[in-house]
Amino acid sequence: MISEQNSKTSPTQQRSKPNWVFGLVGVVFGIVFVKAEIVSWFRIQEMFRLDSFHMYGVIGSAVFVGLLSVQLIRRFNIRTLQGDPVAIASKQFSQGQIWGGLLFGFGWAITGACPGPLFAQIGAGYTAVGITLLSALAGTWVYGATRKHLPH
Amino acid sequence: MIQFLSQPWPWYVAGPLIGLTVPTLLLLGNKAFGISSSLRHICAACVPANLDFFRYDWRKESWNLWFVGGIAVGGFIGNQLLTNPAVLTIAPATQIALQQLGVHDFSSGLLPLDLFGWADMTVGKALIFLVLGGFLVGFGTRYAGGCTSGHAIMGLSNLQWPSLIATLCFMAGGFAMTYLGLPLLMRLAGL
Repeated sequence: MISEQNSKTSPTQQRSKPNWVFGLVGVVFGIVFVKAEIVSWFRIQEMFRLDSFHMYGVIGSAVFVGLLSVQLIRRFNIRTLQGDPVAIASKQFSQGQIWGGLLFGFGWAITGACPGPLFAQIGAGYTAVGITLLSALAGTWVYGATRKHLPH
Repeated sequence: MIQFLSQPWPWYVAGPLIGLTVPTLLLLGNKAFGISSSLRHICAACVPANLDFFRYDWRKESWNLWFVGGIAVGGFIGNQLLTNPAVLTIAPATQIALQQLGVHDFSSGLLPLDLFGWADMTVGKALIFLVLGGFLVGFGTRYAGGCTSGHAIMGLSNLQWPSLIATLCFMAGGFAMTYLGLPLLMRLAGL
């Protein structure tokens, strides 16, 4: 069951806004990450210790707004700015979601960051997190090198 | 305005803004929200090593690299230009639990500098909090086929049940590490 990961890499050539526009979306996103303290190691610890509602509120309301948006796009057949139909690839189940999910959960609690916040933490001035990012790249690479031997 | 922006933003502002990233990326050009893929693209661009998993045209996905580059710039703007003048508030119960584990810095910002700052860095702390933690994030997200953005937000928004399983496992792993793993790792790191 590795088709999902392959399909992701060969998307049909879609028309799209130029890359820098996505850079701008990233800038806004990074500001939200820092200002809502989502990239804070302390907020992630509060979440896993059930001592604060903040992160549950952030993730819950993000999913709610995302879900509502996708439903509205479907219901009203809203198209992309280029006039193409919106296409979202579905996710295939694989055991990786269990084993990989648990391993990522371990790393999330140690670093206080998922991949997005890693970039934001470095930009925010925590340059030692650059080592974390390099190690995350190594982890991704080792997965690519060993995936044939892993249960999927 | 700047004063308003400098304060910590509440969840009901941040969450919906993050949720809006989903339709924004879709409408700008059919891009699925997902950040951990950027790590794969960087591997494919820099060290493909003839591995099948990294043999694809990463240039077609370069929007994703611009996106994460933007996140780093946003991190700089958010922390350096829109600096929160007040000390980060931490739930008292969390602070007490972390103090018992040996964390002392609760006042310098988003991360405790006794774990993540250069000044107090030791080989033990670097191996555990940077190297081990980072490796698990990179390996785990790719093995799971996505991270908090790709599965928890994009996948759940699209009602994908595999993403629900992944999200539940992210949380289960995080709870297990927080309560069972961290006490041991903190001791190993010499805290």
